[in-house]
Amino acid sequence: MSTATVGEALHAFPGGLELRHHKQVACQTPLRHMPPSERHYLSITDRQGRTAELIVDEGQLVKRGQALTRARGDFDVVTHAPTSGRIGPIVQRDGLWPYGAQTECIELLADGLDDSIIGEPLSDWLQEAPDRIIDFLRDHGLAGLGGAAFPSAAKLRGDWGSIQTLILNGAECEPWIACDEMLMRTRANEVVRGGIVLARAAGAREVVIAIEDQMGEVGQHLSRAIRECAIDFPIRLVRVNTIYPEGGERQLIQVLTGQEVPFDGLPQDLGLLCHNVATAEAALQAVEGGNALTERVVTVTGPGIRRPQNLIARIGTPISELLKAAGGMTADAARLILGGPMSGTALPSDRMPVTKGTNCLLVLTETQVQRDQPVMPCINCGECVRVCPAHLLPQQLFRMIEGERLEAAANLKLFDCIECGCCAQVCPSHIPLVDWYRHGKAARRLEQLDQRRAALAKRRHEAREARLKQERIERDARREKRRQKLTEGTQAKDEIQAAIERAKRKKRDDQSAG
Amino acid sequence: MLSALLTLTALMALSGLVLLWLGRRFQRDEDSLVEQINAILPQTQCAQCNYPGCRPYAEAIATGEADINQCPPGGNAGVHALASLLNIEPKPLDESHGEYKPPVIALIDEQRCIGCTLCIQACPVDAIFGAARQMHTVIASECTGCELCLPPCPVDCIDLIERREPDRPTRPDQSAAGAPTAIPMKVA
Repeated sequence: MSTATVGEALHAFPGGLELRHHKQVACQTPLRHMPPSERHYLSITDRQGRTAELIVDEGQLVKRGQALTRARGDFDVVTHAPTSGRIGPIVQRDGLWPYGAQTECIELLADGLDDSIIGEPLSDWLQEAPDRIIDFLRDHGLAGLGGAAFPSAAKLRGDWGSIQTLILNGAECEPWIACDEMLMRTRANEVVRGGIVLARAAGAREVVIAIEDQMGEVGQHLSRAIRECAIDFPIRLVRVNTIYPEGGERQLIQVLTGQEVPFDGLPQDLGLLCHNVATAEAALQAVEGGNALTERVVTVTGPGIRRPQNLIARIGTPISELLKAAGGMTADAARLILGGPMSGTALPSDRMPVTKGTNCLLVLTETQVQRDQPVMPCINCGECVRVCPAHLLPQQLFRMIEGERLEAAANLKLFDCIECGCCAQVCPSHIPLVDWYRHGKAARRLEQLDQRRAALAKRRHEAREARLKQERIERDARREKRRQKLTEGTQAKDEIQAAIERAKRKKRDDQSAG
Repeated sequence: MLSALLTLTALMALSGLVLLWLGRRFQRDEDSLVEQINAILPQTQCAQCNYPGCRPYAEAIATGEADINQCPPGGNAGVHALASLLNIEPKPLDESHGEYKPPVIALIDEQRCIGCTLCIQACPVDAIFGAARQMHTVIASECTGCELCLPPCPVDCIDLIERREPDRPTRPDQSAAGAPTAIPMKVA
């Protein structure tokens, strides 16, 4: 496939919405470190449902940065102790994936000393082979900090052919979320150098940092950081228009290159690789400081929060602690959302821990959640089609899922929906479209699981039937053979009888002769 | 005039013959109907429909011998799917064949198992592993929960346990809170 290049001119993706930003709410106070909490909960089940391989025992004392699990491959994200303390039992805890379901977590009881292990940096990473850098990043627990927590090593390594450009995604397009903006303001140098680390690991020839044109101050910080960067590596800053969901990987690539990532392909097919700016910063922390990924910036914001701000929180801190650190919730707080207002998910409780994918905690009040709006039937106005950034037909998808025609929905490319929420936002009938798509995806996956199971049972039943038939045929054949032998046996008896007769006759003859 | 008539008659006769032949040649295959019905059936092979397996039941439905509501594991959803395939009115599940139950799998209590192999012979999908006077085990991923291994067991060492599987998602229009994202917040 052809390689896409990031040129001077910007392009556009279909659909999208211009939304009010609300980002400044959380950017009024400087970035603040949260002290480690008393108890941390570290999930050991990944999104595929596999359990990580533990390398510590209950009761063991660990220090911050010490690995608790081992990577069996690039798809395993290593978990490190976020502070020093004692490993507690494995507990069942409300997890974030699937939302609210029970997941297994290691409990870490902090000892309050917050001792760290002394990390070994990868001193001359500019000269290291890409594979060595990727191994190093994997062992330091690097995962995509944009929200999906996808294992970075799996994204960096691979037989992709040549990667031309590493895109650092700083286009944090969803309203309210400001963790990347705050990080780029305060750690612009680290973001720029971290981008070069990731580019070296992926074998890319240039770095493009994409930010939104409304992030005024951030642009200046990054431009200065690029100018002052001592490493000789082509690196550029691009400001893109502020249209939601510009920060989506596929949408951003379309804006930068004018090319669409094929629906069944990856950015790597176009010679591109996309990483979040926070991931780049964490990569630099790993190679230059030897620090494992044990903390991240989380935006705690919304009209239902007393002191909205960005916090640097340890992974595994219960969400309730973050809410407390941000002054707590106001009396009229109505809903706690993980992520932003468009693509986030309402959380059933605040007991869940911060994970590597927790970017924002948004608390909305009764006035924003609009719970009383009645859902009306679809009037086929087509607004959802106009705003869909993935070229889908949202109202058709809705119809199919509502009518339980899940295969038809899948054929309409339900699984290409990025759940950005634009369609639900503009729907004049207030149909919760994204909820329908999430439901449809989950139901379709189950349907396919059932189909696979039925196919397996059918195959095994048919194989058994065939085997039994074969056994019957063989048994009949054996029986036939025995019967034949038996008839042959009567002949033998006759012969014996004849021989006896002969012998007797001979004896008689001998006696008469004698 | 006459030649035109003759030509048209000949053409029509010819096309009629061709169509007749095609109709015979590509006759709607009863087998394919059986296959389509069989594809809807859950392949539990439990024989609750009074036929020895899913395929014999599918054949019986195709010939009109059996009704479409005799499959308890398929539930009402299965009856509906069969009804829409055969273009007939759906009817409620005939409970005389059994009730629709959440999916289960068999589990052998290995302490009690005496290794008699009777359950192995009863299993329609070869999901039990073992040998004479050796412990038997159910291969959980292959078990269809047909319960056919229960009656032959002389020591009653087989239990049915709930099959672990992902939660069935609730439809947004049926979720308790009305609008589905409106999950009321619990504050610990």
